[in-house]
Amino acid sequence: MNGAHSRHMLALETAEGVEFRLPLAGPISRAAAWFIDTLCVMAIVTLLGKAVTILSLVSEDVGSAFGALLYFATATGYSMLLEWNWRGQTIGKRLMRLRVVDAEGNRLVLSQVVVRNLLRAADMLPAGYAVGGIACLLSNKSQRLGDLAANTVVIYVEPREFPELDGLTDSHYNSIRGQPRLVARLRQALSPEQARIVLDAVLRREQLAPDERVQLFRLLATDLKLLVHFPEESVLGLSDERLVLNVVECLFNER
Amino acid sequence: MIVHLKNFVDRERQALGELSALLKRMEEDPALVLTVAEVERLDFLYHRAASALAKLSSLPATEDVREHLSAVVARAHSELKDPRVARHRFHPVAWFLAGFPSALRRHLGALGLAIAVTFVGAAFGAYALSMNQPDVKEVLLPFSHLQGGPTERVRQEEQGASKDLATRHSQFAAHLMVNNIRVSATAMAFGVFFGLGTIVMLFYNGVILGAVVFDYVAAGQSVFLAGWLLPHGTIEIPAILVAGQAGCVLGGALLGWGESTPLSERLRRVGPDLMTLMGGVVVMLVWAGLVESFLSQYHEPVVPYAAKIALGLAELTGLVLLLSLGGRLRAASNQKPKSKTSQRRYMKRPRSRGHG
Repeated sequence: MNGAHSRHMLALETAEGVEFRLPLAGPISRAAAWFIDTLCVMAIVTLLGKAVTILSLVSEDVGSAFGALLYFATATGYSMLLEWNWRGQTIGKRLMRLRVVDAEGNRLVLSQVVVRNLLRAADMLPAGYAVGGIACLLSNKSQRLGDLAANTVVIYVEPREFPELDGLTDSHYNSIRGQPRLVARLRQALSPEQARIVLDAVLRREQLAPDERVQLFRLLATDLKLLVHFPEESVLGLSDERLVLNVVECLFNER
Repeated sequence: MIVHLKNFVDRERQALGELSALLKRMEEDPALVLTVAEVERLDFLYHRAASALAKLSSLPATEDVREHLSAVVARAHSELKDPRVARHRFHPVAWFLAGFPSALRRHLGALGLAIAVTFVGAAFGAYALSMNQPDVKEVLLPFSHLQGGPTERVRQEEQGASKDLATRHSQFAAHLMVNNIRVSATAMAFGVFFGLGTIVMLFYNGVILGAVVFDYVAAGQSVFLAGWLLPHGTIEIPAILVAGQAGCVLGGALLGWGESTPLSERLRRVGPDLMTLMGGVVVMLVWAGLVESFLSQYHEPVVPYAAKIALGLAELTGLVLLLSLGGRLRAASNQKPKSKTSQRRYMKRPRSRGHG
């Protein structure tokens, strides 16, 4: 029973020695956010173009000049302005649940926002963010060149509620609880990682398809039986899932 | 040790909820200023959450609980660990007159390198054009208005070839500003290729400049050239050199020759200066664009060359004075011993590592 991370994570350690992990965003979701932002820039430019048309009625020369400058300022400043004011997010990043953060977990500063956006010129080479995409794939922090120079990373921000652990308690008779020696052997034999896996399985069992659920608990029960000898009377008539549930309840809900 | 997880979660739920709500308020309102009591509470809640996370790290717990705690601790950490020394109201004039020149002087080596590469490029451009090889001019100066002979162009310009510009000065100025700012930003950005991209761009700019100067001087049109280039060139060319300087600074930070500090620390140190240098470049190029569009394109007899050359030299003198003296007075007055409260309030930096 081994745990594995399917996504790239950035592990940071605070000055107090506490480690926390941030899920790093991959190139696909970042490309999607960039595409949304490009659409937003086009929409803003179109709206501003209408305003400039009014100015062109007064002077065509001045109107055209304003149009060109507004387009440039919007295309260049959109990401800088939003990332600075929205703590590392643009409209595209908000929709894709991404955020730019300092690579060391500190507060993002303006120079980081400016540098990472100015360096898009290098990341976009030769076309379609090819250099940035390759850099992102090669970097262990999924950084494009702009992120590398600004010391920033892009992470997923998933709004989570603090998890409910109602699945840990139920009113069924627990045939293992009454056997203190067996409980002690379980606590001794299971590593923290193994204990975490059986706990996760119990808490997420309602999310599993019926066949997968039966299969998973059969595997877990077999592993548990290999680790610890269960007296026959404690497992008599118990399904695999009930056995795992009883073990988890003894491990995590002991008072 | 195995924790009673449900009790643990129930105990932490309220404090984490309070911390999340406080963080949400801060994230939704960037201008929010917390009271001292709120900051103390934030600090307390952060430490409590961090402590809970540390406790769980050595215990078997669900990924959900760990990830939730991790996300909240990360958000609180970034709010509390602000690397800025102090927050000041931004004064654009003071920034341009003092901050920009000071940033430029902090990296004189990089500026020297940018100037040297441009000069080498200019010498190469002049030399290549002096060889009188067919098609060389077409390759070195791929701009239609520079393809013909300088004497013919001077004759046309003095007869009012640029008269049609009178109806589109603003458009032309905007075009120049956008184009030059884009080129400068690219020159700086290419510094990310360990400075080589910037050096190639500066060399190429130097080649064009050297070829143009040689072409006009060899044709005996030095006065026209000075009158045409100096009013805007004395600002525009230094602006591109400063952008090149920024690219060299970035490249130097990436290479880190002779430095023992980690890459992230080197980049963090130069970041504010890169931003300041590029901000100064933008201001300079806006001015250069206006001058080039509204003045440089007019020649004798409309505007005497002497006046244009005098203006160019005056601009150059002003720029040199600004860049060499700007910010020195303030720096001198700040050299008094600092009080404890004004000292940097850096906290120890966290360590980071990526995981595949």
